Amino acid sequence: MANLSPGDKAVPFELPGVDDRRHALADYWDKEAIAVVFTCNHCPYARAWEDRLIDIQADYAGRGVQLVAISANDAKKYPDDSFPKMKERSEEKGFNFPYLYDESQEVARAYGAERTPEIFLFDKGGTLRYHGTVDDNYDDAAAVRSHYFIDALEAVLGGRELTIMETAPVGCTIKWK
Amino acid sequence: MRVSFLYYEECPSHDLALERLREVVAEEGISREVEVINVETEDQARELRFVGSPTIRVDGQDIDPPSDTRYVLTCRAYRLEDGRISPLPSKDMIRRALRSVAKSRPG
Repeated sequence: MANLSPGDKAVPFELPGVDDRRHALADYWDKEAIAVVFTCNHCPYARAWEDRLIDIQADYAGRGVQLVAISANDAKKYPDDSFPKMKERSEEKGFNFPYLYDESQEVARAYGAERTPEIFLFDKGGTLRYHGTVDDNYDDAAAVRSHYFIDALEAVLGGRELTIMETAPVGCTIKWK
Repeated sequence: MRVSFLYYEECPSHDLALERLREVVAEEGISREVEVINVETEDQARELRFVGSPTIRVDGQDIDPPSDTRYVLTCRAYRLEDGRISPLPSKDMIRRALRSVAKSRPG
């Protein structure tokens, strides 16, 4: 169970990014919507969805949407999720959003994130509007029927109430220390 | 022919993978039951040389021999024929492995 429910306020954080800069959530409050996405390198679900996240960032950047990806996995047990490997993955895939390393896992614990990927979408006021998965088909983007995240973004940007505020995140469990 | 299915409960699509495997096994006319093994501990993962869920072996041979040989409780990534990464092997991957082992058997 996530610690945040729709209607709750964002938990602030500041973490190092693969660009060797520190990124605070507060850096992005000028945006219309911020999606904090817990993800990682090694998980096949995270990898299956990452192109869609890149596309969403590209499609919605002009409308003031910012994705912020965070990996919190224990890199000792899962070396593919180490900070140097995160840098490689970001470079390789051309991530168009910050990719941050939550080495202490404090941010993931504060949010109560459990899976990768898992989305927490906040509006401009920092209120959680949507929590859950990207869509209903990790395996095939062309076969998606319910675009939960995109629908939530459209509702937030359009100032509308969301019809679905929460879905069960689908993916690997976060690898705790 | 011995077909084994090894999975880790925390990976969400193992049921779908098993269903897919059983379908292909039936389509290929293999009558023997799929052996299903739930890998629950790191020790068991090491003992079974389990590189991630789901793992499918035909006569002990992985259908997609892994380059990474760390034995851990994790979900496994498969690269599909079209280059996509998926948590599940495709039916074609499973079918090719079954046929390849069947072909290499004597008699």
